[in-house]
Amino acid sequence: MTTQLIGEPVERREDARLLTGRARFIDDIHLPEMLHAAVLRSPHAKARFTRIDASAALALPGVHAVITHEDLGSANAPMPLLNEDPGFIYPRTHQALAPGQVRFVGEAVALVVADSRYLAEDALDLIEVDYVPEPAAVDLAAAAQPGAPLVHDDTESNVACRTADNTGDIESAFAAADFVLREELRPERGAAQPMETRGVVARYDASLEQLTIWDTTQAPVSARGVIADKLGMAEAAVTVIAPDVGGGFGVKIYLVYPEEVLVPFAARMLDRPVKWIEDRREHFIGSNHERLMVHRIEVAATKDGRILGIKDHFLYDSGAYCPYGPINAQCAQAILPGPYKIPAVHSTYEAVYTNTPTVSPYRGAGQPHGNFVTETAMNHVACALGLDAAEIRRRNLVRPEDCPWDSGRIFQGNTPFIHRDSDYPAQLAKALDALDYEGVKRSQPAEREQGIFRGAGIAFFVEGTGISPYEGVEVRVEPTGHVHVTTGYPSQGQGHHTTLAQVVAETLAVAPEQVVVESGRSDRFAWGVGTFASRSAVVGGSAALGAAKAVRARALDLASDELEVAPEDLVLEDGAVHVKGAPQMAVTLGALAYAANPINTLTSGAEPGLRAADYYRSPDGAIASGVHGAVVVVDVATGMVEIETYVVVHDCGVMINPTIVEGQILGGTAQGIGGAFYEKLRFDDDGQPLVTTFMDYLIPTAMEIPSIEIHHMESRCSLNPLGVKGVGEGGAIPAAAAFAGAVEDALEPFGATVRAVPLDPPAILALIEGRAES
Amino acid sequence: MERETISVTVNGRAYERAVEPRRLLSDFLREDLRLTGTHVGCEHGVCGSCTVMMDGVTARSCLTFAVMADGAEIETIEGLGSVEAMHPVQQAFWEKHGLQCGFCTPGMLMTAVELLKANPDPSVDDIRDAISGNLCRCTGYQTIVESIQYAAKLMREDGP
Repeated sequence: MTTQLIGEPVERREDARLLTGRARFIDDIHLPEMLHAAVLRSPHAKARFTRIDASAALALPGVHAVITHEDLGSANAPMPLLNEDPGFIYPRTHQALAPGQVRFVGEAVALVVADSRYLAEDALDLIEVDYVPEPAAVDLAAAAQPGAPLVHDDTESNVACRTADNTGDIESAFAAADFVLREELRPERGAAQPMETRGVVARYDASLEQLTIWDTTQAPVSARGVIADKLGMAEAAVTVIAPDVGGGFGVKIYLVYPEEVLVPFAARMLDRPVKWIEDRREHFIGSNHERLMVHRIEVAATKDGRILGIKDHFLYDSGAYCPYGPINAQCAQAILPGPYKIPAVHSTYEAVYTNTPTVSPYRGAGQPHGNFVTETAMNHVACALGLDAAEIRRRNLVRPEDCPWDSGRIFQGNTPFIHRDSDYPAQLAKALDALDYEGVKRSQPAEREQGIFRGAGIAFFVEGTGISPYEGVEVRVEPTGHVHVTTGYPSQGQGHHTTLAQVVAETLAVAPEQVVVESGRSDRFAWGVGTFASRSAVVGGSAALGAAKAVRARALDLASDELEVAPEDLVLEDGAVHVKGAPQMAVTLGALAYAANPINTLTSGAEPGLRAADYYRSPDGAIASGVHGAVVVVDVATGMVEIETYVVVHDCGVMINPTIVEGQILGGTAQGIGGAFYEKLRFDDDGQPLVTTFMDYLIPTAMEIPSIEIHHMESRCSLNPLGVKGVGEGGAIPAAAAFAGAVEDALEPFGATVRAVPLDPPAILALIEGRAES
Repeated sequence: MERETISVTVNGRAYERAVEPRRLLSDFLREDLRLTGTHVGCEHGVCGSCTVMMDGVTARSCLTFAVMADGAEIETIEGLGSVEAMHPVQQAFWEKHGLQCGFCTPGMLMTAVELLKANPDPSVDDIRDAISGNLCRCTGYQTIVESIQYAAKLMREDGP
């Protein structure tokens, strides 16, 4: 019997070490003779400087070096531009250390290396920089205007990129409309804030001329290429290892952060291992942000609620640089029509430089923004037409019989957004039922009489998952019988080692405990890109399946020779190949692996080993989808919101491990709720960050996040061999819209219209008192 | 900087070390004693990742100076249970998927142990209240709450 493992809630193989304090996160790495680094960061949002005086810092006993841009040479060349955009006007990327000009509070200016982190931080205070502050562009809308202070002096405008994506005949759509909604919607600036900050440890071994870098990156293979290039070294001389990483959510992939060049540079220069660990304040200002967009949207509808067309012009705050291209804006734009059949969608974004930290993807990468815009607009159109929010959605959904339905949109610049393999009307029906939507609506009049303001909100999501580039996996059976699985993309808590082991163990009919998975080490497997965009199960999982199947076929061939029986008369079970109907005529996978390495009789040109690698790319990705529903009660005296019920109906195709899938949904939803509730990064007019601690940036606790009810609708994806769709970000994408919709519904008697998130108590009181910005 | 000598018992083992007065207990445990299971998430006392037990009650080791632990008994995650012999709370977190990245987990486990010592049969609200000073960014807390409920059950069944 072959044991079925795909689809089973197998306990995670990662957990024993994590639960007993035996894991090794970046700050747990102690190397002999190791020094500690601290980064001097700009206190100004925009300033020039000509002189960095480090003499007092260098005089401090225990300080080994102060590295500035002048010391770096070619290592300070601008970082690569990772994504092109047809509308780019001024692509600008960051450098490891600011060369005479700083563009946001937090930008790296110098690196101190000392005997301890305490001393290194002492030394930061002794460095003098002759900053001459200049006017900064901070507010997004103001920065986009002609005449605004320029973030980059060699440009004529802060608009980095202006890109249109037009689908359908928009003029006819608006000409035929009975009603046009026009408004401005604004998801605010937030940040991923994993519980572990970033960190880098580097060791240069001069005897081997090898540089080893431990890095909290989500993309060690890609990081190796950039770091080797900056340091003028061969990739072969550089190893990047992602150890246990304490959450990523997008902020830990950026090719590359300054410290990923600076720390190895210092280690090589000083011939001593160097460690840098970011503190939380640094993470707020020295790591990337996400979210702020301002959408000016027009929606054309018929009086019975058919959406005929959407026009959207939006500003996207890129922060000081744009090395990712405006990828969040691309994603927001691609998913604007959501799961709805909207004949015409015209949208244009302007990515705008501001003197604030750089913006790069955070769980959902622009999709939470686009989703908030569309789903909120649906609510507002429904309200204006006197329709129910669920009913207007039902009338516009793509139906199973319409599929495949080409939305005409292109996701992340390369993947067509074609709906298939899901049943949106069934998802909606399930969500409404689970939420008791009708019941909530029915009770509202009486409750409102009693001063109870309860409301229900629903929001659909469709998510582009499993996108390019490719990933690869190698599967190798050892003579010990263990199966060694290696891949380049690392894990930050997603349980990849468990799910990869499930796929490989089932295919090779071995116990999952026999499978040893290694990931995120460029010295073990150096192809592929990294972990992001809900793609590991689709892309990496499919590669693992392909590799395991190839190993299985090879094992059967080898056993056929060994047992002198045709392959079709053989079966693979319990870690051995045996003859059908004669289980005593068997040879173990370990013995086959031994036989596959005939050291004295190998034919030249043949490959030794019972092993195979496979590489997988999904040209059309895989669209995951679902509905979130929330019932909230708003205390109209305090502006506090209690989430009473929260329902997630989702379809991520085949679930390799339902427990891990649910964990992704619960965590993603909590992050989405955080962004809708309290989380907001603020700056003053000069670009000084006002939120740099967990006392100001309120990520949700166990008191705010409710118990969430999950309903699985498992429609096999027809685009990949495992039948999976990604699940990493779907929880985060619609939560803000569902929460906002519920609050708006609760506050309907006050005529409240939600146009921005987060909705913290002051924002809710403003809605109640009619003070919200219109 | 001048150093002071402190005597601390950690997980039942006595240590005597000279430390700078400004040295944090978290750094002392992690760097001087190489007990890196205690994690530091925010260094300003909000996230709870660095929670350890000090003389029987939870403390934030990032807000405690090592010199303040002179004479104290400290318990860390390393003393809770091993891979071979897990504490019921660790076992419960494993079975109920109470962790993802695992970074907040040691602090969360210490807080859970303290709760279950005081209240062997906590309600969901009791649990949510008890862990409200420990931030987790991966799980949305639901599986953590379920893990602690399950741990309480395991511990009640095991008896004292």
